[in-house]
Amino acid sequence: MPDTLNNVLHISMNWHDWLQLFLHYMMLSLLSIGGAISTLPDMHRYLVAQQGWLSDAQFNASVSIAQAAPGPNVLFIALMGWNVGMNAGGMWTGLLGVVVAMTGILLPSTTLTYVAASWGHANRELRSVRAFKLGMAPIVIGLLLATGWIMAASHDQASKDWPLWLMTVVCTIVVWRTRLHLLWLLAGGAALGWFGLI
Amino acid sequence: MSTEAPGQRPKSLADLYISFTLLALQGFGGVLAVVQRELVEKKRWMTMEEFVEDWAVAQILPGPNVVNLSLMIGHRHFGFGGAMAALAGMLSVPLLIVLALAVVYAQFSQHPEVVSALRGMGAVTAGLIIATGLKLVPALKNNPLGRPTALLFSALCFVGIAYFRLPLAYVLFSLGAITCIIVYRKLK
Repeated sequence: MPDTLNNVLHISMNWHDWLQLFLHYMMLSLLSIGGAISTLPDMHRYLVAQQGWLSDAQFNASVSIAQAAPGPNVLFIALMGWNVGMNAGGMWTGLLGVVVAMTGILLPSTTLTYVAASWGHANRELRSVRAFKLGMAPIVIGLLLATGWIMAASHDQASKDWPLWLMTVVCTIVVWRTRLHLLWLLAGGAALGWFGLI
Repeated sequence: MSTEAPGQRPKSLADLYISFTLLALQGFGGVLAVVQRELVEKKRWMTMEEFVEDWAVAQILPGPNVVNLSLMIGHRHFGFGGAMAALAGMLSVPLLIVLALAVVYAQFSQHPEVVSALRGMGAVTAGLIIATGLKLVPALKNNPLGRPTALLFSALCFVGIAYFRLPLAYVLFSLGAITCIIVYRKLK
C-alpha cells in the first residue's frame, strides 16, 4: 500500500459531522499538554478507526509532511483537516477542514494560555508565581534534553544508524558552542541524507 | 552566555509579525531552537532566564508549546494585539507552505533520496533541541534551588522521559510539584 495522498477516500460530511470534528479537536486541545502531538494516538483512534474519515496513509503522511516543513509541528492538524475535507469533496471542503481543525485545536489552548499569561504577568511578583516559574525551570530543561534524545534514538540500529547519531552529536556541539546559522546545519543534514552518506 | 538584561524590544506589531514569520520559516521539525537563538541571543528581546520561565509556562499549559510561547512573548510587549500578531506570524505563512507541500508530496513521498534527506534533517533537529537544552543550563545558576539540586531535577526529568518513557504529564506534575514547593519555601 503506497504511502500516498492520491488515494482519497470518498466520504460525505454534513454540518453535524463538521461540528463533531470541531468539538473533538476542542477537547483534544485541552488535553494536549506537551503539544498537540501528545494526543496523536487518540486522533488516530477517532479519525481513522472510529469515523473512517482518513486513511492510515493519509494520517501518517499528514504527520511526516508537517515535520519536514518549516513552522510549528501543530500544522499536521491542518493537514488532517485538509485531507478529511478532500475526502469529502474537493478543495473548498479541504479548506473548510483546515479552518475547522486548526480553530478547534488552537482556540481552547491559546485562550487558556492568554488568560494565564495575562494573569501571570500582572501578578509576576507574587511568591507563588515566582516559585512556579523558577521551580519548573530545571524540569523543562531536562525535558528538552530528553526530547532531543528520543528523536535521535528513534533510529536504533547501531550498525546502520551510527552516522545519524554522529550527525546529532556534531550538531549538538556546533549549535551549543558556535553561532553558525541553523539553516546551514539543516541543509547539510538534508544533503548528506540525499546522497546516502548518513 | 547572554544572561545580561535584554536591550531590545519589538518595534511594532508588524515587526512582531514579520519576526515570528521568519522564525517559523527557519524551524524545520521544531521552532524552539530558532526562537532561543534569535530572540535571546540575536535580537535580545528577552534574557535566557526570562526565556526559561516563559518556556516553563508554555510547556505546562495544553496546546502547541511554541505557539503558546509566541503568544506569551507577543502579549508581553503589545498586549492582545501583540499576542495575535505573534500567533499569526508563527502560523500563517507556514500554513500556506505546508498545504502546498501536501499537494506536491504525493509525487515524491516514495523517492528514496527524499526519504533519506528527511532522515538527515531529523538527526540535525535532534541535535538542535539537545543543544538548546544545554544552552539553557546556565540559566539555573541563580535558581533558588541551588545549582546542584536544580541539575539533579533536570537529570531526573531526563531519565524519566528518555529512559523510562513515562508519560509527560506524570513527570511534569510530580517532579514539578516538588521543585515548585521547595522554591516557594525558599523564596519568602
